[in-house]
Formats: sequence, C-alpha cells, structure tokens
Amino acid sequence: MSHIEVHLWGALRPLVGGALSVSVEAKTIRELFRVLTKTYPGMEPHIKRGVAVAINGQIYRDQLDTKLPINAEIYLMPRVPGG
Amino acid sequence: MSMDTDLVTKKFKVIGTRVARPDGIDKVTGRARFGADASMPGQLVALVLRSPHPHAIIKKIDTSKAEKLLGVKAVITSADFPDYTNGDRGMLDILENCMARKKVYYDGHAVAAVAAIDAATARAALKLIVVDYKILPHVTEVDDALKHDSPLLHDHIFTEGAGPKSEKPSNYNKQAEYGHGDIEAGFKQADVIIERSYKTEQTHQGYIEPHSCLASVSPDGSAEMWVCTQGHFVYRNQCAALLGLDANKLRVTASEIGGGFGGKTHIWAEPLALALSRKANRPVKLTMSREEVFRCTGPTSAASIDVKIGATKDGTITAAFAELRYTSGCFPANWAEFGAMTAWACYDFKNVKSVSKDAVSNRPKTAAYRAPSAPIAAFAIENAIDEVAKAVGVDPLEMRIKNAAREGTKSSYGPVYGPIGIGPTLQAAKNHPHMKAPLAPNTGRGVACGFWFNFGGQTCVDLNVTPDGTVTVAVGTMDVGGSRASLALAVAEELGVSYNDVRVIVADTSSLGHNDMTDGSRGTFSSSMAAIFAARNAITVMRQKASKTWEIPLEDVIWEDGHARAKGASHGNLAPLSIKDIAGNAGATGGPIAGHSEIVADNAGVSFGTHIADCHVDPETGQTKITRYTVIQDAGKAMHPSYVEGQYQGGAVQGIGWALNEEYVYGKNGRLQNPAFLDYRIPVCSDLPFIDTQILEIPNPHHPYGVRGVGETPIVPPLAAVSIAVTNATGVRMTHIPMSPPRILKAIKTHRG
Amino acid sequence: MSSHVKTTINGDAVEFVCANDESLLDVLRNRMGLTGAKEGCGTGDCGACSVILDGRLVCSCLVLGAEMSGKKVETIEGMADGNKLHPLQQHFIDGAALQCGICTPGFLMAAQALLRKNPDPSEEEIRFGLAGNLCRCTGYDKIVRAVQAAAKEMRA
Repeated sequence: MSHIEVHLWGALRPLVGGALSVSVEAKTIRELFRVLTKTYPGMEPHIKRGVAVAINGQIYRDQLDTKLPINAEIYLMPRVPGG
Repeated sequence: MSMDTDLVTKKFKVIGTRVARPDGIDKVTGRARFGADASMPGQLVALVLRSPHPHAIIKKIDTSKAEKLLGVKAVITSADFPDYTNGDRGMLDILENCMARKKVYYDGHAVAAVAAIDAATARAALKLIVVDYKILPHVTEVDDALKHDSPLLHDHIFTEGAGPKSEKPSNYNKQAEYGHGDIEAGFKQADVIIERSYKTEQTHQGYIEPHSCLASVSPDGSAEMWVCTQGHFVYRNQCAALLGLDANKLRVTASEIGGGFGGKTHIWAEPLALALSRKANRPVKLTMSREEVFRCTGPTSAASIDVKIGATKDGTITAAFAELRYTSGCFPANWAEFGAMTAWACYDFKNVKSVSKDAVSNRPKTAAYRAPSAPIAAFAIENAIDEVAKAVGVDPLEMRIKNAAREGTKSSYGPVYGPIGIGPTLQAAKNHPHMKAPLAPNTGRGVACGFWFNFGGQTCVDLNVTPDGTVTVAVGTMDVGGSRASLALAVAEELGVSYNDVRVIVADTSSLGHNDMTDGSRGTFSSSMAAIFAARNAITVMRQKASKTWEIPLEDVIWEDGHARAKGASHGNLAPLSIKDIAGNAGATGGPIAGHSEIVADNAGVSFGTHIADCHVDPETGQTKITRYTVIQDAGKAMHPSYVEGQYQGGAVQGIGWALNEEYVYGKNGRLQNPAFLDYRIPVCSDLPFIDTQILEIPNPHHPYGVRGVGETPIVPPLAAVSIAVTNATGVRMTHIPMSPPRILKAIKTHRG
Repeated sequence: MSSHVKTTINGDAVEFVCANDESLLDVLRNRMGLTGAKEGCGTGDCGACSVILDGRLVCSCLVLGAEMSGKKVETIEGMADGNKLHPLQQHFIDGAALQCGICTPGFLMAAQALLRKNPDPSEEEIRFGLAGNLCRCTGYDKIVRAVQAAAKEMRA
C-alpha cells in the first residue's frame, strides 16, 4: 500500500490534532481531496474555498488529475488569487 | 502534454520578433471600442445612490418620489435582489457589496440605483430618494480594527486561526502562520538583531477607464451585456447567479479594456445594470464616474507590519520574523495571509516565521492589485534585509546573493523549490552597469527583490482555417496588454505560417467554453499554451486531409514549414501541400478545418525580479525624483519582447507611484478625502526617466516555449527599492509608504532632532 | 436650456443641439458618435479627452459644447490622412507605445499639439509636454520614444 506524506499549512493543522503532516493513500490530487475530506471532515470548507497543491515545488491549482508521485514532497497551500 | 523540446537551444522562427499588434490601428485612430463606447437603441442612463456614511444601519429607503419622476423607468434597491446565494457566504458578500442590504459599510456603498432617459433626469431622481440611516461608529485603520473594542462590522465573523474559536464576533477575521525552524534559537545565534515597524497606505489600481457596462435583459430571461472586464466568463457566471438567470442565456461580450490590474476582476455595477434593465425592459448603460471608481470599487489593502531579523557578521541571516496586518475593507478576505506567504519567499533561511492578521474595516472591499499583497510585504522585508546588512557591515546586494533561495531551498511558505531564477536576477543586477554608475549629491541607490506565484487556469481556444488558408483564433482570455499579438505569434510558429496570416479575437461567452480571468499573470502563459495545442490539433486535421488527398497512410505525412509533406522515397513525386491548398480543398476531404483546445494550465512558474532605483531627494522640500531605474526579471521566454518590457516598465511605475505619492486619505468622518486624480497623484510623464529593462530567459519546463507569467512581479520590488534609495539619500530609514514630501521632511527632522 | 451650434470638426461642417451645461466631450461622444475622446475623470486631470481647439490642446471635459460656434475642433478621428496613418500613430504602433490603449487618443492629440509648436523637442520637453496625460500601463517610456521617433521622421 503506497502512502504519501502531505504537509499542511497552519490553518489545517488544528484539524489533524496539530500535526504538521498526514500520511494518506492517494494517487491524484482529486483522490487526495476526497480522502482528506472523508478522514477529516473539518477540511471540507477549506478545500471548497480553494486549495493549491505543491508537488516538489511546482504549484497546481486546477489540474486535479495530476498524479502524486510516491516520494514527492506534497504541500497544501491556500489558493492565492492574482491581479 | 509533454514538453519535449530542449527549450534553451530551441530556435524560433517568429517567436521573439516585435510585430505590430492586430488592435493597434483601431487604438491609434479612436476606432477601438471600450466599455463606454457602445450604445443600443432606446438605452437608459443609470446612476447609483451611495451612502455618505462609513458605517450605518439602513432603517428605511423611500423611492416613491423618484419612481414618479417623468423620464424615470426603473428604480432598484436591495429589495430587487432576492438572495439566490444558497448559503454561499462569498457570493452573498459580493451581492451585498454591489447593493447594501441592511447596513452600509463604507463611504460610497451603493444603496439604490435609477435608470432614466438621460443623465439629468437620473441625477434628479437620485435626489428624490430618501434614505433614513442610523449612523454607527466607524473604524478605518487596520490596527484599530484589530482591537477587541473596535466598532463591529459583522456579527457572523469569528476570529479563525488565533487559538480556540472565540465566542464573540470580531473584525479580526483570520490569523495564519508560515515558516519553519526555530526563530528563537536563530535570534540567539545572531550578532545583530534589527526590529522595526512599517506601514503602507491604501492605493487603487488607477486604471484610466472607469467601469462601464451596457446591459439588456429580455422578458424571457435572456440577456446580453457589453462590459469592460478582465474576465467576461466570470462576470457572466456571477451576474447570472446573483440575478437568478441561466448562465447560458446571459451573453457577455468583453469590450476593449482600459486597464484592470486586478480591479476589473470583480462585479460592482454590472448586476445593477442588469437588474435595472430587467425592470425597465430597456437597455441600460451604467458608467462610473472617476469619484465612484476611487470610492466604490476595489482598492488594495492598507497594512501595518512588524519585522525582526537577525544576522551574523559573515552576512548569514540566522532568523527572520514578520507579523503582517492587512485590512480587506468591509468584507473578509485573506490578503495578509498571502502577504505572509510571499514575504520571505526569495530567501533560504533556516529559521523563518511570518504571522498574518486579516481584519475588516469601514473601507471599500479590497480587490486584487497586481501581485496582491506582495509589494506591501516586500517593502518591509527588503528594508529589514537592507538594514541588517548595513548593521553587520555587509553589502546589501551581497547579503541577498548569499541568502538567496535556490533549487532545493525550503521556501518560507512550505514547499521545496525546483529550479528558480532569483540567483540569476541578483547576479544580473550585480553585473549591471547601473550598479557602477556614480551617484549625484542627495541621491541614493536602492536594490530590492520581489517574488510572485503566477497562475494558469481554465483556458479555451478555437482555431479555424478559413477557405483561403488564413487562420482565425478565438480566445476567451481578455487582452490587457497586447497578448493577441503574442498568441498570433505562437500559432504562426506552430503552423509555420507568417504572423500576418493569423488573426486573434476575443470571443464572447456564448462562443467558447469557460475561461478564467486575465489575472495572475496568466494571459499569455495559458492562452498561448491552449493556442499551441489548438494549432497542433489543426495540424493533425490537415495531415489527415493530405493523407486522404494523396491516398497514403497518415504516418507518412509530416508537417513542416507550413506544408504537409509526404515522407519516404515512395512518395517522392508528391509535391508538398500548403495550408492554402488543403483549405481550398477542405470540403472534399471531410469538411472545415478546426483545432481547438480546452485546458487547465498550471505551472506558470514562480518568478523573481530585482530592481535598482536611484532617487534624488531635495532636502528642503522632501520631493523625490527617480533619476534612474532598472528592472531585471525572468520571463522564461519573451514571445513579444516589447510587450514583456512594457509589463516590466508599467508595473515598476505603478510601484513608484505607490512608493512616493499614492494613498487613500480618510478623514475623521470616515469619508475618502481624495477620490480624484488631482489629489490621488499617480506618476506623470515628467516624474520619470526611461525605465531600463533586462529580460532573463530561464525556460519554464511546463510551457511548450518556456513562457513564464510576467505581468505581476514588476510591481513587487519598487516600494522597497525606492524606499531604500530614499533611505540612502537622506540617511533616515523610511518606514511609511507613500513617502510623500511631508513624510520625508518629518522623518529627516525627527532624526535630526 | 439648450443651444444650436454650428462648428467644424476634423474639417467637416457640423451642426448640433446641446444642453447649455453639456461638455464638448459629451457632445462628441453622445451626439457626434466620435467616441475616440474618452472620459477618464471628468475633471480635467487625466487628459484622456484631449482635443485640439483652434490650435490649442484642451480637455474637452472642461469645455462646453455650446461654446463651439465658429470654432475649429480636431479629434483623434481626424488625425490620419484618409487611410494613411500620421507618423505619430505609426510610431506608437511600431514602438509598442500602447498597452490597453485607452489613453492613446489623448496622448496622440497632445503629442501632435507639442510637435506643431516644437518640432525638435528634447526628452524633457516631451515629458513636460505630455505631463497632462495620464497612462497607467506603460510607465511612459515607450510613449516618449515613439514621440522622439515620429518627431525625427517628421523633421526629415
């Protein structure tokens, strides 16, 4: 079973008991959001508001089909708007 | 989609050439049509009644006399906007911002609107509307709004992220934290620690074209709207939702846009015009006045920042801390949080922390302004780095180079960086002739860096090859600065045809799938990517047609230099077919030639810039003049170098205005004192020198040509670069933006005294 | 109260009726269909409405339509000679001196007025000659260069 480590930004940490990261099983960004919402229902409003995912430093805001490589560094960040 | 080309050595045929833009002639002859330039038969003029109070309860609105005035065809209030938002607080805030419901939250908040046969009648009608207000105490400054006893704007906002959930509603809506390491330990290691507080005042994007729209709603629920906007699809979706219209029945056409910079990514007047038109059953034109643009649209935040930074004598920064407090105006947002994310992003620190505090206040709801939140943060951070460098005796530019983020650095906002360009821009600055130029008396030089995320987003492009072999391309991303030229270059490059054979237009919302707004520096990046894929799809179609014509397998047909060619010795006698040949014969080979692309573009690439500013400060008047300015920034690949330079120069000058003159001045009565260009002073031609630019091209591996977003980063460094220059010219650290002459004189006097 | 006005716009004899408090800008845009002049501020601070009135650069938002009787008005729509662009117009395109283009008609009018008075202006004279026109997109760099290039071509 392949688990990936997902780092959380500050606002999400209280929802997982203060942990800086969680270990989940997900192959794509879409699956990750689904698994997180199921395991930690408190995350749903944040995910709905908009979450960006950094995979090895590259930021993805929209492509939910993007695959999550096993040893990649995965970071959740707020979705920043542009101007 | 695989980016299979070696982008660094790729040789382009037309990309990188400085071609004339397709809308150029229309714009120099006055033929181009902007938001206020369209008219429809029978159209009415709309005007909006706005609150003169910064904070009040609306007890009663009596519109009866206005409705009876001859020539008035419709009057609306919030009663004409049922709540269709279905619990979506964000959309309800938008609706309430467009038209006040139970309370007004800022000077200028809309309370009613009228549509009449002419402006004079509309003005008279506004005077006949009677509003009964209960005035409430107000708060405009962010540090006051954060106090627990500040006048409360909303009773549904509870502070998030600052410990356990509070029982009491507050204006302090959110706290967040970013960083890593142990800053206390880091400060203990430092030889020198600098602590300082900074302030920035609210500014406006300052686009020269006021918001304007022309709306026409039919009794059957279909509607059309002509509007200047950075995102006609988003406007369509939001207006339809707020008015209870089906999105597919509201056809929004984007006019040419006279500037946006993030300020035309939100709706204000558009739902009002649609509602008036629906009520009057006539087209309604609503154009804001300049005063309304300043008072009642979406400026950027005002902020207050505390920085603490520690370094050792060898120039290593051992700990960096910032607390950033921003106000988002009267509805909650996360601008301070975004400031906290970008603040230390240029650097590689073992111990770094930024804390953000967002608060609401009685000011207009803030909107994005070009790299929103980042210029404000950079002002404080870059000054702190400059100050600690001087304190340990290290050259500030060398200190930045020493501490710069690189591939493998853990960013201050979390993820580890891949290949990034800050090192190259700093080196380019170090080697730039500007750094060696001698300085005149009373002149100081400032160097500063800036960072921005850049975005991709949903993008659609439709490409059609016409029967005569020329190409039309319909895109959904608004052209704010010349992107139609860049997109035509991309298509010409892919197809192997001349730039003049490709014509790009911006299509309306009924003609294309959804497109995200032109913001986040995504215009050229994502539209060009979609255009390239659309062109490649069209090439496949044309190869198929050639294979049919020649009766050979598709694999034997290649596309080269604008022609289908049969490869292989057995097809040696087949003359190549040009686009014109294939297009002229399209009917016989299966029909019209089209290529389209619907993508979600991500990875526009983070971008870094370094600016060098020379400022002369008159010690008697405090007046500051920019004597030399250089922008160095990575563009990945400059599709049209002139327009990339234009973004660098334009963004830098907006930052210069913000640094030296621009601010919202609120009186004690909570009213905006300077809603006009006379007293909201943006830079004019005589204030500035030529702005030198250096485009670095470190390809973005996530775009077929290596393009990065460029539009926003140029505004991030100037507040810092100019303030550091003024600091060096006067010997006094500047901590309050804008550095207007009175502020500079006061700082000099205080320092001397 | 209104006035019946006979005047000349871009060399054409025209006639209109306007309210006495109606600006020339509103007359041009709403009655003449000449939307090249833009309202950026309505208070004479931005120059987007610039026209040339009896040879003098003015903000058309600060001039009354009713005052136009017997005067000569030049707007952006009259700058090109048929289908031949004026050198200033051509150099604005070639030099990428416009991004969004809303301020461009006003700048072209101001530059034309400047070069008629001073065909060989220094950089400083150009900058001060255009100081009444606001641009938010370009930072003015390429605008000044385009005016320099056009002036050079026109002197040749």
